[in-house]
Amino acid sequence: MADLTVDARNLQCPMPVLKISQGISQIESGQTLELIATDRGSLSDIPAWAKDMGHPIKEQFEQEGEFHFVVEKS
Amino acid sequence: MTAEAMADRTSEEVIPEKEKMVLIAASGDLDKAWPVMILATTGAAYGMDVTVFFTFWGLHILRRPGIGITGEDWRQKMLSVFSQGAKLSQLNFGGMGPKMMKDLGDEKGVASVQELLELAQGMGVKLWPCQMTMDLMGLERDDLIDGSDEPAGAGSAISLMKEASISLFI
Repeated sequence: MADLTVDARNLQCPMPVLKISQGISQIESGQTLELIATDRGSLSDIPAWAKDMGHPIKEQFEQEGEFHFVVEKS
Repeated sequence: MTAEAMADRTSEEVIPEKEKMVLIAASGDLDKAWPVMILATTGAAYGMDVTVFFTFWGLHILRRPGIGITGEDWRQKMLSVFSQGAKLSQLNFGGMGPKMMKDLGDEKGVASVQELLELAQGMGVKLWPCQMTMDLMGLERDDLIDGSDEPAGAGSAISLMKEASISLFI
């Protein structure tokens, strides 16, 4: 279970990236955040953002048409 | 300790400056204003120091909603009347095009220009109105939304772009 869950379902670009960036500022280093999105663009955008910001993606899966990303704050 | 070593040590203690991103918003068209605000907010989400410089019709993105006719001169007034509401650069259909695109945006969960503008302000994006455009169009500070920054000119924009890793003219 992630320390914080961020719901970005039914939101289009750029909202999933904006939501995860807001979420990450609310947690401490070493804590995890789970983002749930339905925007297919987030499949490329979230890993790109996480890589650039240096926060590793611990887990990524698709469930019932929703994309889940578990990111650990560096 | 040598002066060089001391300088090294000082530089280590300096907090790295944020990367800079500058967007020049020169169009008030909906299909230009939208990507401007999408890129501005996303740049801020990347931890960048983002400044948007609003010039010519782009300045209308910063116009206070419902401001109506502005300017003193009849030509300024006329321009303000005919520039009400964002148009589409293509397929405007006398305002039907932007209406359709806005409705589709709402249905598809795309944040509006207005929403993105508010988000941008919350994320610390600087919104610079072009002083020359304000003078040309007869726009006052009160005609612009709260939270827009001090008006600036091309020199300030160039100085900033010289340091920025991303500069775009949209």
